[in-house]
Amino acid sequence: MRAALVALRVIVAREALRFLGQRGRFLAALVRPLVWLLVFAAGFRAALGLSITPPYQTYITYETYIVPGLCGMILLFNGMQSSLSLVYDREMGSMRLLLTAPQPRWWLLFCKLMAGAVISILQACAFLAIAWLYGIRMPWAGYLWALPALFVAALMLGALGLALSSFIRQLENFAGVMNFVIFPMFFLSSALYPLWKMKEAGRLLHDICAANPFTHAVELIRFALYAEANLPALGWTLAATAAFLALALRGYDPARGLVRRREGG
Amino acid sequence: MSGLSVAGLSFRYGARAALEDVSLEVAEGAFCALLGPNGAGKSTLFALLTRLLVAPRGRIAVAGVDLARAPTAALARIGVVFQQPTLDLDLTVRQNLRYFAGLHGLSGRAAEARIVAALDRLGMAERAGEKVRALNGGHRRRTEIARALVHRPSVLLLDEPTVGLDAASRAALVEHVHRLCAEEGLTVLWATHLTDEVRPGDRLVILHRGRVLRDGIAGEIAAGRPLTAVFLELTGAEA
Repeated sequence: MRAALVALRVIVAREALRFLGQRGRFLAALVRPLVWLLVFAAGFRAALGLSITPPYQTYITYETYIVPGLCGMILLFNGMQSSLSLVYDREMGSMRLLLTAPQPRWWLLFCKLMAGAVISILQACAFLAIAWLYGIRMPWAGYLWALPALFVAALMLGALGLALSSFIRQLENFAGVMNFVIFPMFFLSSALYPLWKMKEAGRLLHDICAANPFTHAVELIRFALYAEANLPALGWTLAATAAFLALALRGYDPARGLVRRREGG
Repeated sequence: MSGLSVAGLSFRYGARAALEDVSLEVAEGAFCALLGPNGAGKSTLFALLTRLLVAPRGRIAVAGVDLARAPTAALARIGVVFQQPTLDLDLTVRQNLRYFAGLHGLSGRAAEARIVAALDRLGMAERAGEKVRALNGGHRRRTEIARALVHRPSVLLLDEPTVGLDAASRAALVEHVHRLCAEEGLTVLWATHLTDEVRPGDRLVILHRGRVLRDGIAGEIAAGRPLTAVFLELTGAEA
């Protein structure tokens, strides 16, 4: 048990050290949602009218509406970035070092997932702090509630990245997957527009958005930021986490997994 | 048998057989060279020995522990140096070793003491604070060997560890590992395609197209002829 926790600590520490060494990555992760918040939201403020729907008690600005979605965006991009680094690790060989450690493989993958989640949350917190300075302020309790919500959402998106990384053979293939995963997941969700608005555009579009696990992750964060629990969203997010994890474990199973397809001599 | 034992191991990539009924025994404290041309199945064997892959047939025991039945206990007894470099270039030598020690459940002062000892043994103690990116190829390999020894394994597996090194670094590395064998009683399996890395007294297994062609003492297999000629003859005849 102690050995497993030590492994968790060093895997998180390694990820943090690498992250701190890549300042560009941190800046990019922050600039992306900030551009949406400061430019996109300002431009669309007038175009997109919002009605009062829970958890909001009053009319809110569009900037306020998209903050949880942009937190989700950070987690989504970071989850994919972590899986990208997994594919890189595999190509560079350091994945072998991890997978040959004397720990159950599921635990090693879970540690990787936790490490990615910690980095994601740090970025989301930095973004919330900047939004606060910009004047978009949530109740103080909301910031506390948001931490576990961000954690669950980060785990779900990290697990998705992990699952994807187990099926991607080369770094080159990753760009396509990013386009087919990140953009549909983000735009077909409640991150930028509420679901009722989607219904106006079309029933099918609304149903796709409602089924998208990213929508539920965003709603979980949205309610948490107002110190409210959204249990259906939590259930959906946890179920998606379990499904993605099961896929990842299958992909990394030594009896069938990635190394088999790549081994040469 | 407390060294390394492989019995009846077979593995296929789809229709292509990578290993067929491979068996070998390496006694405790012995240096065994696994010699084979490219594509012989050496890396596949290493992937099976380290449980990156699982073979449908055959048995592997590391220091007497069955890899299939007790993978965690067996892996804890193995130190591996992979053919591909597996160091984090932007971390220091010490940080790399600390990460590895943690993966093996070692932390705090115990881990630090072992890291210092392992680096010292490979003559890398002064480089501990340097980033791996600043090291030359030979020192990077030494760092990897030091790292593979941090948890005091019984069996050390090295998959073509001298790839990309100059002649002097190669000779030094071969010498280092032989000394580890002799002085520390470490069981070593050293995969290579270079005959000059094999000494006459070494145990030698020649692998070709997934099969063991010869298994014995290198000097006896060579029988007074240059090992390179014997190796080329054996693998050339099969090619």
